[in-house]
Amino acid sequence: MSISLSGVGLTHANGQVALSEIDLQVKLGERVAIIGPSGAGKTSLLRLLASNLQPSSGQIQLLGQQPWQLGARQRQQLRARIGLIHQAPPLPPRQRVVTAVLAGKLGQWSLGKSLLNLLHPLDMPGARAALSRLDLADKLFERCDQLSGGQLQRVGIARVLYQAPELILADEPVSAMDPVLAGHTLSVLNEEVSRRGMTLLASLHAVELALAHFPRIIGVREGRIVFDLPPEAIGASALDALYANELLPAVPASATPAPVSVQIPRC
Amino acid sequence: MLNPALRDPAALPRLALTLLAVLLLWPGLALSELNLAVLFDERNATNMGRFLADFWPLAHDREFLRLLGRATLETLAIATAGMALALLIAIPGALLASRALSLSAVHRSGRPAWWARALRWPVRGLLIVLRSVPEIVWALLFVRAVGLGPTAGVLAIAITYSGMLGKVYAEIFESVDPRPSRALLIAGSPRLAAFAYGILPNAAAEMLSYTVYRWECAIRASVVMGFVGAGGLGQQIDLSMRMFAGGQVASMLLTFLLLVLLADQLSRLLRARLL
Repeated sequence: MSISLSGVGLTHANGQVALSEIDLQVKLGERVAIIGPSGAGKTSLLRLLASNLQPSSGQIQLLGQQPWQLGARQRQQLRARIGLIHQAPPLPPRQRVVTAVLAGKLGQWSLGKSLLNLLHPLDMPGARAALSRLDLADKLFERCDQLSGGQLQRVGIARVLYQAPELILADEPVSAMDPVLAGHTLSVLNEEVSRRGMTLLASLHAVELALAHFPRIIGVREGRIVFDLPPEAIGASALDALYANELLPAVPASATPAPVSVQIPRC
Repeated sequence: MLNPALRDPAALPRLALTLLAVLLLWPGLALSELNLAVLFDERNATNMGRFLADFWPLAHDREFLRLLGRATLETLAIATAGMALALLIAIPGALLASRALSLSAVHRSGRPAWWARALRWPVRGLLIVLRSVPEIVWALLFVRAVGLGPTAGVLAIAITYSGMLGKVYAEIFESVDPRPSRALLIAGSPRLAAFAYGILPNAAAEMLSYTVYRWECAIRASVVMGFVGAGGLGQQIDLSMRMFAGGQVASMLLTFLLLVLLADQLSRLLRARLL
């Protein structure tokens, strides 16, 4: 079992409930997409699984270990086996792409090797291989502040692929890319994950991408899991219920726009 | 009368604050016994005028220039050696005192656990102790302990400046974007590696310019400490002033200006290379 959550809840320091009563089992090698409206708790769930947040209640087990029962050192070792792809990869603007990618292995390298690598990249072929999977091999020695948002996201993915963790968590990994590139990048990520036998959990705001690329879809709304189904079992009504928003006016059923009545103010 | 809607609501508080500031400054002037009239007293003015008139021509005989060169090199050496020793204490101190590398802060949205904050206090305290005694006082102490000469100056600069550098470095680490280092920490990276890859690239330029600025201050401080016998240009200025050799004093002040200019250019050059 790669991930096992039972009755997990998360309450932020300001008292806001982000997640409640989450039960989730993900087997080794599974690929899962998480969908849901903005603010539903997708990012919180992923940060919880990256042990970047500590649950306020419930049991959490990652790769067979309970992160919050471990000492700080063992928890760091566990974290090195989990890779988190950030929506906006936090890379220092002046860092070179090659350094940013090689930084993926800091959790596995000795400190001496890490510092040496800062003076001269020790594994240029490895970084180039990870980048070339995402068509960015020519950007190896560029600085991160010279890349576009979509290119940065792909550098972030390359870093996690280079880290070669057992579990990959991806938070909106393709949100800054155009639809074609987003689809291509997702299929590359999925291929790599299946080829190397990793487990993948990705949150996506593009529902069609989730349905097209993942064999298991989890719908999250208001901090709870609403459904957990294969894509072919998800109908339009389930999606409408997932994304329904009481605060916005309902989309009019008729295609014709309502007649505009012009009022001329009179003084 | 002004339309009440057009009256600036901030005008009255501002006037009150200005009056309050003047009221608070007055006792300060009175307590410090500042009396500008002494500057215009005839006897004082002629004395000062005579001393200043001696500044020209600048002293430039061969023997004096050799002495000046030696003293300048000694000053530079005191400042540089003092800074190097200070960095040896300041960098580990800053790493220990800074919240930026806290592992417990990673899953507490940036706030370290109480015991982690408590452990940082002794380090902060040490840095405060190191910088709270002015370098001139340390210099006086060390001149008594190790005798006249540059060693006293080097030790005095090392102690005071390690406190200042450590404090400012720690604050620079905390002020840069924390997300790159947090991302590395949650990918299992050790803390020093997360520092080198996540914080240093963003902090390096600011650290460098502050370090060079402190080096410039150390040059000035080493001159001041020369007056109490800690070697360098200061000791020479002291001697020349006692001998009323205005030309020599002027030459040395000019050397000083050149040193500060040099430090400024160095800082500019390094920043341009790094940014």
